[in-house]
Amino acid sequence: MDKHQRTLLVIIAEANLERLLVQDVKRLGAAGYTVIDVRGGGHSGVREGTWEADRTIRMEVVCDMGIADKIAESLLAEYGKHYGLTIYFSEVKVLRPNKF
Amino acid sequence: MQIMIDVVIFFFILGIFARLVGSDLRLPEALYETLSIYLLLAIGLKGGIELSQQPMLSVLPQVVGVALLGFMVPFLLYPVLRAMRFNSPDSASIGAHFGSVSVVTFAVVTAALMREGIAYEAHAPLWVAVLEAPGLIAGVLLARIGQGSSDGSTPKAGHWGGLLHDVVFGKSVLLLLGGLIIGAVAGEAGTQPIKALFIDPFKGVLALFLLELGLVAGGRLAEVKRYGWQVVAIGVVFPLVLSLLGAGLGLLLDLSTGGVAVMATLAASASYIAAPTAMRIAVPAANAGLSITIALGIVFPFNVVIGIPLYIGLAQWVTGG
Repeated sequence: MDKHQRTLLVIIAEANLERLLVQDVKRLGAAGYTVIDVRGGGHSGVREGTWEADRTIRMEVVCDMGIADKIAESLLAEYGKHYGLTIYFSEVKVLRPNKF
Repeated sequence: MQIMIDVVIFFFILGIFARLVGSDLRLPEALYETLSIYLLLAIGLKGGIELSQQPMLSVLPQVVGVALLGFMVPFLLYPVLRAMRFNSPDSASIGAHFGSVSVVTFAVVTAALMREGIAYEAHAPLWVAVLEAPGLIAGVLLARIGQGSSDGSTPKAGHWGGLLHDVVFGKSVLLLLGGLIIGAVAGEAGTQPIKALFIDPFKGVLALFLLELGLVAGGRLAEVKRYGWQVVAIGVVFPLVLSLLGAGLGLLLDLSTGGVAVMATLAASASYIAAPTAMRIAVPAANAGLSITIALGIVFPFNVVIGIPLYIGLAQWVTGG
């Protein structure tokens, strides 16, 4: 079975930003994304996700490394200063490269 | 004062207690969401049914008065907060939270009025719907003015169109106004089939929702220590002063005793649902934790436990009712 290397970009951010993040990743070339509600804690305190202003999302994007870099750079510049934001990358293998 | 504590308040206190003792009690998020949708719709519907019996023109001065009140509040509080050495975005954001409104506080004051047998304008949910947005707009205006050109970078999320869209079509205003319109169009007879779901169980649902809010507010109490005495002073003194402003507006509009009490409560309440969401996007530089701690950690508990009986007493005193 042919496997193709892509980058998995994971963005953890305040749920408030979801709509903006979706716009941004699409604009910057991502073909798709997945969003999950999460909770956790870190530099910006504990977020338990029990009500509107306390929700956190994890967005996953599978794409080329170049696009992942572009997205991460743009998000960091736009939201890094004032919002809770975590971004990391990993390498993943996909079966249908044209999807990503 | 002969006003006793309403039974729903005990649920709120139970929630705070559970949180403070580190209980594992946690309402599923989906339930919280469901309950809040229910409350907004039910409050809107109830007001709408009454609105159908009112000439529209008679409520117009009230709508204008309430909108002005909401818009003015952040402008009144901003200089005070600046003098207390809060930075400009935080002052604007705290002001916006007070300028906007807490729907659950409204639900609690109306429940208290009904229990006391004090009549109020039954279309009052309309005031709540109108009061949601103007304070937020004023808050963003203040933040923009305060920021001046020092930063230069307007967040792209902060466009006015986006803010207006989020507030007007956000779930609170949409469901309140939607319920009002459905209630007004369908009227008493038309809403009869859904009465068993939306009208009768209201107070039980409110109790459950207050349990959840107690849990959330209890979590905020720990934050109060971090921010110090100033947030406690703000959370107690601002509502008291603002309630006078609300009662004044109520008198000016020639409202009933209950109506004046509702207006005082609305003015004293601080938003913790619409405002944090809107301010987070429109004024990113503001410390969200600070405003939320004031609105939900102090103002809300203060109003539902201590403030509301005071505002009802105030209304009775000023209207002689």
